[in-house]
Amino acid sequence: MEVLELARWQFGITTVYHFLMVPLTIGLSLLVAGMQTAWVRTGDERYYKMTKFWGKLLLINFAMGVVTGIVQEFQFGMAWSAYSRFVGDVFGAPLAMEGIVAFFVESTFLGLWIFGWDKLPKKVHLACAWAFSLATMASAYFILAANSWMQHPVGIEMHEGRPRLTSIWAVLTNNTTLAAFPHTIAGAFAVAGAFLVGIAAWHLHRKSEEERVWRSSLKLGTWVGVVAFSVLAISGDLQGKLMFEQQPMKMAAAEALCHTEEPAAFSIFAVGDVTRPDCENVKSITVPALLSFLAHNDFSTEVKGIEDLVPLYQQKYGEFYPVDERLGELSGKPIDYVPALPVTYWGFRLMIGFGAISAGLGVFMLWLTRRNRTPTGWWFPALGLAGIATPFLANSFGWIFTEMGRQPFVVVPNPSGVDGVWMFTAQAVSNSTPGEILTSLIALTAVYSVLAVVEFYLIRKYVRGGIPGVLPQKSDDGALAFAY
Amino acid sequence: METLWFVLIAVLWLGYLFLEGFDFGVGMLLPVLGRDNAERRVMINTIGPVWDGNEVWLIVAIGATFAAFPGWYAALLSAAYLPLTLFLVALIGRGVAFDYRGKVDNPRWRKAWDVTIVAGSWIATLCVGLLISTTVLGLPIDENGDRVGSAFAAVRFDTVLGALAFAGYALVHGAVFTALKTEGEIRERARRVALTIAPVALLPLIALLAVVAGVWAGVVVLVLAAAMWRLLHNRDGQSFALMGLAIAASVAILFGSLYPNVLPSTLNDAWSLTIANSASSPYTLQVITWVAAFGTPAVLVYQGWTYWVFRKRIGVRHIPVQ
Repeated sequence: MEVLELARWQFGITTVYHFLMVPLTIGLSLLVAGMQTAWVRTGDERYYKMTKFWGKLLLINFAMGVVTGIVQEFQFGMAWSAYSRFVGDVFGAPLAMEGIVAFFVESTFLGLWIFGWDKLPKKVHLACAWAFSLATMASAYFILAANSWMQHPVGIEMHEGRPRLTSIWAVLTNNTTLAAFPHTIAGAFAVAGAFLVGIAAWHLHRKSEEERVWRSSLKLGTWVGVVAFSVLAISGDLQGKLMFEQQPMKMAAAEALCHTEEPAAFSIFAVGDVTRPDCENVKSITVPALLSFLAHNDFSTEVKGIEDLVPLYQQKYGEFYPVDERLGELSGKPIDYVPALPVTYWGFRLMIGFGAISAGLGVFMLWLTRRNRTPTGWWFPALGLAGIATPFLANSFGWIFTEMGRQPFVVVPNPSGVDGVWMFTAQAVSNSTPGEILTSLIALTAVYSVLAVVEFYLIRKYVRGGIPGVLPQKSDDGALAFAY
Repeated sequence: METLWFVLIAVLWLGYLFLEGFDFGVGMLLPVLGRDNAERRVMINTIGPVWDGNEVWLIVAIGATFAAFPGWYAALLSAAYLPLTLFLVALIGRGVAFDYRGKVDNPRWRKAWDVTIVAGSWIATLCVGLLISTTVLGLPIDENGDRVGSAFAAVRFDTVLGALAFAGYALVHGAVFTALKTEGEIRERARRVALTIAPVALLPLIALLAVVAGVWAGVVVLVLAAAMWRLLHNRDGQSFALMGLAIAASVAILFGSLYPNVLPSTLNDAWSLTIANSASSPYTLQVITWVAAFGTPAVLVYQGWTYWVFRKRIGVRHIPVQ
């Protein structure tokens, strides 16, 4: 079905692209606010320079995060209008809250921060930095609450065929949200940490001016990365346990677990094709009983496999799509409850793998630079710079896994929730023509590609420029510390 | 409760048209009012600290529509798919251009971003006008709220008039704002341009209001005339305030004529989306009303404070020498 495929590609591309900017923005804005606090409290110039340098890189990235975020808000209505009609009563509320409570704060105080360096008292200016960085986190919270509701609908009743909100509190304290928030925020800090480490290592290697700045940045980055990884591991485990309960098919797909096992082994790596129905032939390297532990905190329990879950899903949510011309060729066809296994299986492994590499690198960098040492080999900055990519990749694969793993649902049924609240992705698309979606897909992807090059160029330029490149220009009467 | 949210959404659009109206206008007039790089930097700096906050009024208007009237949100956005795509591309380009233009000291680099700002501001302004006039004047939608007919159903004579109406308003509003926020030659030029183009640029707005509400358009004509008269007498601030009053009156007329519909069907009156058939449940409306009741005054206070912090006029002498 062409419209469905195009709309899914568009959503995937715009969302993953947007999420390349978001984690760096969230992590870096809090770290920059922290650096500025250190400067205001101690008066140490080093922290001022850190604030300026990392702040500049934050702003280059922030602009892209904002403009690509607007697309997200529009595309539910543009490409997924049937979805919007179905869930609007619930899903719109956290989005509106994000706008009113968080987004206004974020953008207004960012403007004040950028232009207010010489116009505001030091402490007020610092408060602006905290206001926008905390609002960035609040923003993430509301969006995750909306997303988690799609993964696990709560706080609702059915009314005339649509879910109706009965408790906003239940939506905001959904256990899925409470697990996803620390996981996502820690992912953001892992990105920011690796970013600091990579760039600081490069400057240390080049013996750039302001060695103290780079050394502090590197140390801060490694610690942030290491702490972030421990939060990621703990919250990821929590999320996994919830997922076994809320979306058993997603977790079976994550393991390409065809048959129910008791106790179930965790697959580390697979050789061969993980596509169904061949998943039976996969030779994988496994850790016995670990999956049982991940699922239920107990090494001996049963974990249900795909073949046994499919009949359960069919029994609860139907075997065939309804006969409806809007479903196109899927109308009346059997529903495939198994998500794309190669995507979920490898997505899950790549998320964990890149996350672990990132944390390992952090620890290694900390050890390399102990007692103010700097390794002289070219591999040292190369390792640092390559390390920047790892948490980005882990984040992207994590999201791809989460979103692809819930297919064929766009709103996943809550097994212990209100009956009848779910929606198939195929039913969610707009009544648009393929041409419209294709045009916007091409237009947005083209713009994104150009901007990716521009952003990379700018970040590289300001990274190379080091500290002198970011210190403010002053006009004769000092009226403006910053000018476009 | 539905009516309250209808009014609130109109107010959010008003906030957006008034605030981003002038920053769009500044972008549209960049090559006209800014003769050299220093002058263009002055212009961009007049809106630098605030344009991002202004844009959030749009984001909240759309988000609030999603929350309060999902049927309206779904029908309008899916029907106007292509114009909205163009709008998003323009907003993206313009947004990054403000930030990136000054980040490399190279005339060709700046030129490229200036072109993006100007084109982005024009296109985005026209699209906003098109979007609002489409929701006021209606679309060919069926009983499900789905568009019938071509992907260009939103582009018609009356909605194009709406597009020109907002573009014309933004031009004059942007010039008045530049006059208010700058000093020296650029301020004089802004005043001259505003007074010269006003009779032509404001015509589509008046025509649109006349189509929608007949003689009520006269009220707006009077306010706009007063705005130009105050500008003629060097009272930039009063002129700017009157421009705000004019857009407030226009929004009141447009949304007033729409009520109790939110998106009329041009095919059959029975298929029109109304506040009653497209609204969320009373509980959802209550939740977001509480959020708005606490959030909106706070927004007005800190955004107002931003304008206060950056209240000084700026001129070429404030731009650092490169």
